[in-house]
Amino acid sequence: MASNDSWVADGAAPAGTALAGLDALDLAGRPGGGRWRLALRLWNAFWPKVLAIGLVLGVWELVTLSGYKKEIFPGTGPTLADLWDQAKTGTLWEAIGNTLQSAVIGFAVAIVIGCLIGGLVSRIYVLRAAVGSLITGLQTMPSIAWVPFAALLFGNNASAILFLVVLGAAPSIANGLITGVDYTSPLLLKAGATMGLRGLSLWRHLILPASLPVFVAGLKQGWAFAWRSLMAGELLVLVFNHPTLGELLNNDQSLSDLQGATAIMIVIFIIGIFVDGLFGAADKSIRQRWGLA
Amino acid sequence: MTTNTVTETSAVTLAGVSKVYGRGPAAVQALDKVSLSVAPGEFTCLIGASGCGKSTMLSLVAGLDKPTAGSIAVSGRVAMMFQEPALFPWLTAGANVELALRARGVGRVERRQRTGELLDIVQLGGFGAKRPHELSGGMRQRVALARALAQDADVLLMDEPFGALDAMTRDVLHDELDRITAERNLTVLFVTHNVREAVRLGDRVVVLSSRPGRVLEEFPVEIPQPRRIDSAPVAELAGQITDRLREEMSRHGE
Repeated sequence: MASNDSWVADGAAPAGTALAGLDALDLAGRPGGGRWRLALRLWNAFWPKVLAIGLVLGVWELVTLSGYKKEIFPGTGPTLADLWDQAKTGTLWEAIGNTLQSAVIGFAVAIVIGCLIGGLVSRIYVLRAAVGSLITGLQTMPSIAWVPFAALLFGNNASAILFLVVLGAAPSIANGLITGVDYTSPLLLKAGATMGLRGLSLWRHLILPASLPVFVAGLKQGWAFAWRSLMAGELLVLVFNHPTLGELLNNDQSLSDLQGATAIMIVIFIIGIFVDGLFGAADKSIRQRWGLA
Repeated sequence: MTTNTVTETSAVTLAGVSKVYGRGPAAVQALDKVSLSVAPGEFTCLIGASGCGKSTMLSLVAGLDKPTAGSIAVSGRVAMMFQEPALFPWLTAGANVELALRARGVGRVERRQRTGELLDIVQLGGFGAKRPHELSGGMRQRVALARALAQDADVLLMDEPFGALDAMTRDVLHDELDRITAERNLTVLFVTHNVREAVRLGDRVVVLSSRPGRVLEEFPVEIPQPRRIDSAPVAELAGQITDRLREEMSRHGE
């Protein structure tokens, strides 16, 4: 009822008070934060995921119970036990470490290259006409099609895999930046122009911050492409003495170990969801700051 | 923004200004040989039917666009306010104001101090840390006013700045605009489609014709300040101006 009180006070206040007029009602009911609210928010974010995992496990268990391809189809229990066994050996962790390392390095390089290309293309009109559609073309090209090229160019080593990751992510990141710049509100640009923002300061204080939400969406999409490219690369480009999640999958396929392969897939799935959650959190915090959420 | 030729008695001078958008048969003439002179410290309201080129005029004076013909001279710096607050949503209210100071090259320490002063002037002391979306419509427009003042302009261009506000909030902001423009001796070009608002605020009301925009008639407002938007003299003059506008509209068959 605090908002009600302030409305009465403002109505009685002399002209010239900031909260005068019907305007005061506009501010009513802005919720405050608290520790229990944080806990509630975490729980609200958490339980649908638990439910989803439960549903997947349930369906999986049903298929197992139906006896479909009983000899080879892995059951939930044995697969999770297999995952637990693998987690106790060092190889799985080494593989996760190697894969994440490639992902992080490749994604970082893709951000640098994507920003460079996106920045140049959005600033220089001729480049836009020449390169703009090329970027989209690259984006739609399945990264697996680059595997022979990368393997032949770099040989069977980590550089080939990194190349695939960068190539997968950079176009989306560049496109995110270009679209973000394009969608900068003309009204804000007008306001910036009358304020005297131009050249580098116009970019720094107006265009880049204004394009941040779309840029983050581009990063998120870039990550999805990078992660797929990375798995394709690791499955097909086997590097000696360098275990990766893709290589473990490949081994399981060679050994006809469907249970082991499923266990690795669960790991890949969990990492994917986790990173997606990070981007989702970044996106949400931006939208909250902007008042869009 | 820029200082062109300075006439002794005029803060803003438009001489035979025309503006045509597009070319060939699709060309639209927004303004046709508009001449207007605004004295320093004068509050001039521009009024006319939609499409009369009011906003075009402000854009030209602000230097956001160039006239097709004629010349525009402005003495001193120009700041502009829009119907939307046009605040940067990623910055707090204070940072929005501060950025205008920064764009002028004001140093960090002075910036902080002046931002506080400017927010006080628009009655928003203590709201500097809020983001635009946390403020009401009227408060956002106050921040936009503080940002315009931060540009230390001599000429303030206002394009229907209170058009989206409720009547009560608007009345309060009218009073404050009076106070601030008088204190700082600002020259104001104020575009509105609300005739009473024009009479309430202006030293002079300039009526523009519909497309292409021309100066149709000028009404000096000799009602002493402080005025009330619902007072009889304001309503009377507003009535005269509205009649003139109606005449013009019926001539256009609108």
